[in-house]
Amino acid sequence: MKFLRDFLDKQKPHFVKGGRFEKLHSTFDAFETFLFVPDKTTHSGAHIRDAIDMKRTMIIVVIALIFPLIFGIWNVGYQHYLSQGMAYDFWPMFGFGLLKVLPVIVVSYVVGLGIEFAFAQSRHHEVNEGFLVSGMLIPMVMPPDVPLWMVALATAFAVIIGKEVFGGTGMNILNPALTARAFLFFAYPSEMSGDKVWIAEKADAFSGATPLGHLMVNESDKIPSAWDMFLGVIPGSIGETSTLAIALGALVLIITGIGSFRIMLSVVLGGLSMGWLFNLWGANAYMDIPAYYHLIMGGFAFGAVYMATDPVSAAQTARGKIFYGFLIGMIAVLIRVFNPAYPEGMMLSILLMNVFAPLIDHYVVQSNIKKRLRRAKVKVAVKS
Amino acid sequence: MSNVIKIKKGLNINLIGEAEKTIKQLSTDQFAIKPTDFIGVFPKLLIQEGDLVEAGSPLFVDKYRENILFTSPVSGKVREIKRGAKRVLLEIRIEADGKNNAIDFGAAEPLQLNRAEVIEKLLKSGVWPFIRQRPYSVIANPADQPKAIFISTFDSAPLAPDNDFALKGSEKAFQKGIDVLAKLTQGKVHLNVNAKAPATPLFTNAKGVQLNAFEGPHPAGNVGVQINKIDPINKGEVVWYLTPQDLVVIGKLFLTVKYDAERIIALTGSEVLKPAYYKTKVGANLESFIKNNVSEIEKRYISGNVLTGTKIELDGFVGFYATQITVIKEGNYYEFFGWALPGFDKFSMSKSFPTYLFKNKKFALDTNLHGGERALVMTGEFEKVFPFDIYPLQLLKAIMIEDIDLMENLGIYEVDEEDFALCEVVDTSKTNIQEVVRKGLDLMRKEMS
Repeated sequence: MKFLRDFLDKQKPHFVKGGRFEKLHSTFDAFETFLFVPDKTTHSGAHIRDAIDMKRTMIIVVIALIFPLIFGIWNVGYQHYLSQGMAYDFWPMFGFGLLKVLPVIVVSYVVGLGIEFAFAQSRHHEVNEGFLVSGMLIPMVMPPDVPLWMVALATAFAVIIGKEVFGGTGMNILNPALTARAFLFFAYPSEMSGDKVWIAEKADAFSGATPLGHLMVNESDKIPSAWDMFLGVIPGSIGETSTLAIALGALVLIITGIGSFRIMLSVVLGGLSMGWLFNLWGANAYMDIPAYYHLIMGGFAFGAVYMATDPVSAAQTARGKIFYGFLIGMIAVLIRVFNPAYPEGMMLSILLMNVFAPLIDHYVVQSNIKKRLRRAKVKVAVKS
Repeated sequence: MSNVIKIKKGLNINLIGEAEKTIKQLSTDQFAIKPTDFIGVFPKLLIQEGDLVEAGSPLFVDKYRENILFTSPVSGKVREIKRGAKRVLLEIRIEADGKNNAIDFGAAEPLQLNRAEVIEKLLKSGVWPFIRQRPYSVIANPADQPKAIFISTFDSAPLAPDNDFALKGSEKAFQKGIDVLAKLTQGKVHLNVNAKAPATPLFTNAKGVQLNAFEGPHPAGNVGVQINKIDPINKGEVVWYLTPQDLVVIGKLFLTVKYDAERIIALTGSEVLKPAYYKTKVGANLESFIKNNVSEIEKRYISGNVLTGTKIELDGFVGFYATQITVIKEGNYYEFFGWALPGFDKFSMSKSFPTYLFKNKKFALDTNLHGGERALVMTGEFEKVFPFDIYPLQLLKAIMIEDIDLMENLGIYEVDEEDFALCEVVDTSKTNIQEVVRKGLDLMRKEMS
């Protein structure tokens, strides 16, 4: 890799201050650090540092996303041919899915990274790696037939309004990928909900409703078997359908410690508890479905593993994470069962708790502060 | 051991280059006292270049606390007074004459003196700066009444010297030092030992102390952690602390009537050919340690350990409080796709590198930052290596926005830079955390005085 390094070293003077392309410094830096971990050394504090950096962290999340992505691509093809009443081998289905999904991914990355680069440039910052993950999450929460211009618009909205106006990566309040989805959900509801959009180029006669769609209109007899829902051979957003693939991704995140196990577990427990509570109540058919169905339908698993765990928009204290996750699970199921307008509650539930996460942290930290003050007071009382 | 306190959070970093257990006599005549070692001290010089000094002769005082003297560790001539930018006093270099003449501070039995007399003797001889205080980690104020005095007998930092070994044979001076401390506080003198190490008579037979045992990974040996577990500092309280080697110097002052600034220094690190212990005085020059004993590649010399030490140049000197020198590789190289490759030789607390499967692997780490500085994104990392009942991320953010009340509420009085060293190591965003903490402590100290 000597020639590459030599080439970069030769070009570098043009991009530093006073160089010909001084204005493109952030762009050059992004590409350079992508290829080579920089030669920067410690200059204050600890002389040695952990090998982990933001790029390593983000690439691991991307690796964890590959399982549901591959499955999602196949499932887009599978659902399409199923609706046509045709059956094919793995590759034709995968190929069809790829033709549908790849453009969405490309659009999301090009638009998002373009804006990120522009902002980094204007702020004289280094380009942050956060969008490597967001750019992959956005396509995976879109319906397979989503028009590309909508993806572009939603991505731009998420990056600019969801992230950059707050100061960029690490400063945002809402999860950027869910911001993109919520934007489309409210701006173009006909393209983002109903039973037409979940299967790419669906044959008209075929019902394309998701399990949640069936349940909302009281067709609980029409939902697929639990096994099918777990495997993910059901209509839905590109990446959300297979609980199995998502569980594999979750395993990667948990083993490497990059994703918060605490949050994932508490979201699942929150969803289950609400499901059980409804079972006890049992006022209608929806309330009577087994509680674990909620985990394998819709975007629950995907949200729990990849969205709720976003460290920036989640609660930051260990105890706060438990409350935060539990409430996400509960509210998601609550919205599903009670709200007649929205079949899926996961997106809104996570966004809602994103907003409340700082409040949860505030109370957790306050209890620590109170403990400290109490300790000081006891001391004074003993002395006097 | 009556009470063993277990520390669960923390991290031991296994490095190559532990000092072999032999003590060699260091041959050097170059020493220096560096005013920059003393946080918050504004030095006022008392000598000039060319002056002759004895061990215990005052070199400078603190402008704002003129009773605190800083004295020469050896007898000889003031060779050079080195200043830096804006005429900041960097080093007072002394060439030793090898005669070891020392000022006689008079024989005395600490237990028969009163507190004021003890303090006066400590101040006059120049051993007072060995006694430091929390909060702020500055030299103790003689006018304060500390609620307790803490001595951590073991250092849990990477490649740290073994005090049990280094201080063998100093029992009498150690006990004398403890007798001195007993005069300084109405509270307890806490002597904290390593529960996992074999009991050393030097520490376990000490009289007039509260013996506590600690167990667990680094920072279990940090005095800040120990204070936090035994008797945490509340607002307005002061705790004093010192290291066992410094205590022996104080004990010797009363035993031998002289300021005997003897130091056992561990020369460690992956780039040292024969790591070992050296006997010398406070402030010896680096070159004498590493002559013909380090590798050829570009190196970083650290006075202290890799977590909290100070970078020194080849013509530099060991710090006043340091009992260790670490020599490691400089990390100024580019690494092709370093963030994406598996990384079978990378050290990381996270499990994102395969090396975590080999728990006992020893590393030869360098000074590369392994990435660029980013916003604070990850959460829950610091908590794994920070054994305080304090929210580290929230405290850091409070310091960054300079919110005095919040810093106080979140427990800044209980911490020091060194307690955050591991947070800094494992931080994904590569923030210079110790710098931030120091800034916060300085700000609090200014605000409170």
